[in-house]
Amino acid sequence: MRASLRPSDPAVSPAIERVNAELFTLTYGAIVRQLLTDYEEIEEVNKQLDTMGYNIGARLIDDFLAKANITKCTDFRETADVIAKVGFKMFLNVTATVANWSADSMECSLILEDNPLVDFVELPETCQGLSYCNILCGVLRGALEMVSMRTEVKFVKDMLRGDDVFEIRMKLLEQMPEEYPYKNDE
Amino acid sequence: MHAISKELSPVGGCSGIELLEGDTFDLHCFQALTGTKLFVTTEPGTTGMENLLKTIYELYTDYVLKNPFYEVEMPIRCELWDLNLALAVKKDGKASLVGR
Repeated sequence: MRASLRPSDPAVSPAIERVNAELFTLTYGAIVRQLLTDYEEIEEVNKQLDTMGYNIGARLIDDFLAKANITKCTDFRETADVIAKVGFKMFLNVTATVANWSADSMECSLILEDNPLVDFVELPETCQGLSYCNILCGVLRGALEMVSMRTEVKFVKDMLRGDDVFEIRMKLLEQMPEEYPYKNDE
Repeated sequence: MHAISKELSPVGGCSGIELLEGDTFDLHCFQALTGTKLFVTTEPGTTGMENLLKTIYELYTDYVLKNPFYEVEMPIRCELWDLNLALAVKKDGKASLVGR
């Protein structure tokens, strides 16, 4: 089937497509429900959400860099700021705050008071171990890995589990240097 | 190529090739922060490629990376990418696609 230009394609007309945010929330909810049916174990679902997020993040980073006109960050503090103020704003239309830096500036928290993924969601008793928004952790991890930062990202506070905010703990494990494909003595 | 040029650069802080000028062609390169590189060959002396390269990068992030059936690092076989790339090059006016 031959692909064809849609009327809203930038090549045809520079319109920005908008999708109903509730449809996005519903779609994400459907994904989580299906994963719960398929995998049954909560921990496995958390892992799958993280993996899905990782694959999304690895692709999303180029889109982010292209559209947001970001220059290279000088340190992890700047990276966290850019993610909180530009990244979350661009993709979820929410702003996160960066807080709780560790002494060595390798670890910080991203605090979200608003999260479109969880609109209308209530976790049942049977799913209390579920990290519903775990996909976000995967997205951050995948995106950062594509810009040479290996990280560990997880939720430490979850409004669906009774906390007052969403808090994502981001830890920089390793800044990977660019690999040269050739050895000097070859 | 980027690795070689970084090693060869007489000035520190080199991040790789931006422009290679030859007798019969120029090679323009755009490198994203993720390491993705776009190479475009042009007639010698072509200027103003920066904007086109940036546009092509945006098209790549849209029509290639957002296609769930495209596997990263594999050859790009996305029709929408081909279509939009041709349109962008044509719109630029300075360049035209020659073969694939």
